[in-house]
Amino acid sequence: MKNKRLLAGPYLFWSASFVVIPLLVIVYYAFTSDEGTFTFSNLAQITTPENLKALGMSILLSFLSTAICLILAYPLAMILSQNKVSQTSFIVLIFILPMWMNFLLRTLAWQTLLEKNGVINSVLSFLHLSALEIINTPYAIILGMVYNFLPFMVLPIYNVLIKIDSNVINAARDLGANPVQTFCKVIFPLSIPGVISGITMVFVPALTTFVISDLLGGGKILLIGNVIEQSFKQNSNWHVGSGLSLVLMVFIIASMALVAKYDNEDGGATF
Amino acid sequence: MSNKLIDLIDISKSYGMQTVLDELNLYIRENEFLTLLGPSGCGKTTTLRILGGFEMPDKGRVIFDGQDITDLPPNKRQLNTVFQKYALFTHMNIAENIAFGLKIKNKSKQYIHDKIKYALKLVNLDGFENRMPDSLSGGQQQRIAIARAIVNEPKVLLLDEPLGALDLKMRQDMQYELIRLKNELGITFLYVTHDQEEALTMSDTIVVMNQGYIQQIGTPEKIYNEPENAFVADFIGESNIISATMVQDRLVKILGVNFPCVDEGFGQNKPVDVVIRPEDIDLLKPGEGSIDGVVTHLIFKGVHYEMEVMANNYEWLVHSTDMFPVGTEVSIHVDPFDIQIMKKPESEDEEAVNIEE
Repeated sequence: MKNKRLLAGPYLFWSASFVVIPLLVIVYYAFTSDEGTFTFSNLAQITTPENLKALGMSILLSFLSTAICLILAYPLAMILSQNKVSQTSFIVLIFILPMWMNFLLRTLAWQTLLEKNGVINSVLSFLHLSALEIINTPYAIILGMVYNFLPFMVLPIYNVLIKIDSNVINAARDLGANPVQTFCKVIFPLSIPGVISGITMVFVPALTTFVISDLLGGGKILLIGNVIEQSFKQNSNWHVGSGLSLVLMVFIIASMALVAKYDNEDGGATF
Repeated sequence: MSNKLIDLIDISKSYGMQTVLDELNLYIRENEFLTLLGPSGCGKTTTLRILGGFEMPDKGRVIFDGQDITDLPPNKRQLNTVFQKYALFTHMNIAENIAFGLKIKNKSKQYIHDKIKYALKLVNLDGFENRMPDSLSGGQQQRIAIARAIVNEPKVLLLDEPLGALDLKMRQDMQYELIRLKNELGITFLYVTHDQEEALTMSDTIVVMNQGYIQQIGTPEKIYNEPENAFVADFIGESNIISATMVQDRLVKILGVNFPCVDEGFGQNKPVDVVIRPEDIDLLKPGEGSIDGVVTHLIFKGVHYEMEVMANNYEWLVHSTDMFPVGTEVSIHVDPFDIQIMKKPESEDEEAVNIEE
């Protein structure tokens, strides 16, 4: 027993040095002023109109992206889970392939595609169609978020769906349920742990992102991630940045707790 | 018994190159306990799934109560299935599981409540309404699966190896339970199993299947005592299956020795297979029986001793309550009515019945 516990040593060392200690440093910065005295003013920065607006925008955009991801991912995961292995691996490959490319590169590619004189608009004008003007708008950010985070929604849902015994679905049909009833009463409730896990894996990175809003929002749309980034890098004010990060963390924990509440009966929260 | 309730006509089904069912014809009467028995891959589960509506036959019709239901989806069929691994809805409690079919049919709250009570009583699980399926043992889950099916008052209950996942003791208890349930409900049971003992214990009629063909249909007694071919004889219980020659009516030559028997109509000097059940062999003193031999193996089985007797180059399997130590010289005697004569397979179709060794 004792020897086996030693095996956890490297991980404990890792998480202590790179997770716990940095967190404590953030907490320290968040609650101190430049002079090193204790203060709540860093946390209170969230209440400035600009920062509130950024937080609101972040929540709105990540909520919408998560919803769109869910709507796109669920049917796809269902098709994947019902197909035979050979076809499935091909479709999965198509979905996973973009993930093998660098995240920044993918987002930059969208910037190029969506630009005023970008690829999409060139094609549209060639076809004599009106130009698509979504670059530097919230729509472009949502597009970027959905594109980047969709696989993280598909995979957990797919994983749950393939584990549902086909006879459970047959049983529902056998007991008189039509395909729609079978989905609503059996398949979807059984897949909720996967949905929760997918929501977590999309919502959290979407809420904290600053790269996507930077590249596709053209610096015009500030998300809370951008505000935090600016406090650290442009304003070199670690105290405010840490304070805002802490507030954001509380928001994430609260929203995850809210989501998990709906999953309580199954006891299968997956994060 | 009464009329045909289900009629399967010329059902064929294949998956890719593999033919699972080949022009299967079978009818099931009202209020019958019919068992499809056979090794895995014999097509018995496919037959059940075609009846349930989970598989479409490539060819053939399914007639239920006089109506063609071949193209009906499962939810439109008046039969319910008990699945192999229970297939309970793990996100619902027991009451919700049982109520599933009734809620879909928009039955009243009171009706559903009464039905749940009645069904739980029927399967001896009163008071389990609020338990979750995961907290129940395998046997209890199987009873809930049965309760969930029967509250819908199906005319036929399809059971797909429902006892397969249970331990021996539980399996035996559930066998009696199923017989009792069937008598109380007065509905038709179509049961699928590979366990010959289950089939013999519970069925009114057994259908022995192999490689997509029906080998024999009959009562348990008939199937056991008068197997029609070597496959059935081998699959149902232990037996001595020996190549022999039918010398004339009522006389068969087994391993060079003439045995009187009761079968007729096989012709003269025709090759046949004979089946002799191990419990039908009497061991006598040397010289007193038909063939002399030596006991080569002896195992105590509880109810009886299992012995192997080497006689005329054949190892005879013998069950007896008398013990003969290894090395004892004995003589084998078989009563004429205990010798079952079977035609040897000739055509290619019949080849399918050959025992796979």
